[in-house]
Amino acid sequence: MALKIVVTAKRVEDPESKIRVKPDGSGIVTDGVNYKINPFDEIAVEEALRLKERHGGEVVVASIGGERSQTEIRAALAMGADRGILVRHDGPLDPVVVSALLAKVVEQEKPDLVILGKQSIDDDQNQAGQYLAERLGWPQGTFASKTESLESEAEQKKEPGLVLSADGKALTVVREVDGGVETLELGLPAVVTTDLRLNKPRFASLPGIMKAKKKPLQELAAASLGVDLAPQVVVKRLSEPPARKGGVKVADVEELWKKLHDEAKVL
Amino acid sequence: MSNVLIVAEQGGGQLRKATLHAISAGRALAARTGGALHVALLGQGVRPLADALAATGAEVHVADAPALEHPLADAWAPVIAEIAKACGAAYVGAAATAQGKDLLPRVAARLGAGMATEVLGFGGDGAAVTFRRPMWAGNVLAEVEIATPVKVFTVRATEFPAAEPGAGKGAVHEVAVQVPAGLRTRHVAFREVKSERPELTEARVVVSGGRGTKGDFKPVEALADALGAAVGASRAAVDAGWVPNDWQVGQTGKVVAPDLYVAAGISGAIQHLAGMKGSKVIVAVNKDPDAPVFQIADYGLVADLFQALPALTEKVKASK
Repeated sequence: MALKIVVTAKRVEDPESKIRVKPDGSGIVTDGVNYKINPFDEIAVEEALRLKERHGGEVVVASIGGERSQTEIRAALAMGADRGILVRHDGPLDPVVVSALLAKVVEQEKPDLVILGKQSIDDDQNQAGQYLAERLGWPQGTFASKTESLESEAEQKKEPGLVLSADGKALTVVREVDGGVETLELGLPAVVTTDLRLNKPRFASLPGIMKAKKKPLQELAAASLGVDLAPQVVVKRLSEPPARKGGVKVADVEELWKKLHDEAKVL
Repeated sequence: MSNVLIVAEQGGGQLRKATLHAISAGRALAARTGGALHVALLGQGVRPLADALAATGAEVHVADAPALEHPLADAWAPVIAEIAKACGAAYVGAAATAQGKDLLPRVAARLGAGMATEVLGFGGDGAAVTFRRPMWAGNVLAEVEIATPVKVFTVRATEFPAAEPGAGKGAVHEVAVQVPAGLRTRHVAFREVKSERPELTEARVVVSGGRGTKGDFKPVEALADALGAAVGASRAAVDAGWVPNDWQVGQTGKVVAPDLYVAAGISGAIQHLAGMKGSKVIVAVNKDPDAPVFQIADYGLVADLFQALPALTEKVKASK
């Protein structure tokens, strides 16, 4: 029951980096900022690898961006993915364009499953997977999670949270929604987006990193794919939110109570 | 026509309050563009909820069918897209809940529309609307323009007031639903996280616990119950399986803006702050005097939460 899976690996600012806006509001200051795979995409790669380990198949990593996005593809290959596709595009993107380009990758690869992060931590849009599913006419399982905690035995054993049916034609997805947890069954092919608690991604091993250098990485020029590359969602200006002033430290519970009761009047 | 369509959310026979906040965002947009406000209500057996929505002055379109019992994006998106076309909507929006975020991008793709997620407010002049939204975990505010004829968005409920009944009452229209053929999504189960406490995103007071609780949320819950507050948690506490996922506050959890937010044993990672820094008053209780949470807390108490929280709980009880 081999599964062919396409996963995404977007290059984003490391979440630990301090993000500052340029004085003219045209972008963010990139000096001293580190880059890595979007953490949700890392979870997508991990899930794809676990599914492959259980069912066999192939994991193809796709990224859209400039030449430097090769680094993130190689990082996913070092985790264990089989080969990469870089859709070369320099310049701004939005989920409309990204999903159109990913649909071209899907057309080429014809996978059973596409797994993306639920959102990228730079633009925080949470859209690309859903757009892609609609473009393809496929079912979607967003915010995929699993029942067990990230410290459970199943997680230690690296079991996939996505469960393939016995006939290999459907996938059961546990989703994090407001007010509880929902379980859906999706007929394959399908699109899944990952939430934080689907798994704990593995680290790349040194042999993995060495092997990754030799794995195939195909480059496609975005401009040659017949997709309108003009972003429809345009960021006009960036600014920093008003800073919240730190307040005072109180000596004890007595003083805290007084402050909340008499000064802030919230209790 | 620059009409506005807001997609309502319901569950357990009730409208979700976030919908009323989205409606007031829709009303503000309609006032800007000179269009009318419409609401789409989908589900099974939802017709009785339509009157409450119509009371806000909106025209309500009800799609009531067994095939729409669960909010499956691929079943709902075509129905919403048809309603949007039929009512000439140039703007289609919803609350930025899990359902709104799952559904609206699919609707947008169907309408050939660009979309803005988690909108905090509207800018621009007159009918030339721009959308203000957070990026990089709320560390950056962006002003975004959508170039497509139809514009789709979700709004952060805490940034808009709940819609009150309007001057006039809108009409209720029944929508004939075509059951989508060949649907490959099946709803299997929903496991509700039941709580006697107020809903996290709507509570006036939220008490949250993090890694510092070491898995013992009793003092956090006791203080919350004394205050009639909701309980929240940091990602660390949720990942460890100490509390349900549904309690997570932060960039990837829920965004709250209560009058009072008490962070106990939470260091204050950027991702957590993104979900609570809109709170009016923030209290931090942490053993580590250098915890980043103290940089944004109005009142910080360097103390062991296992002593401080029960003491504060007693104070609250004694004052009643």
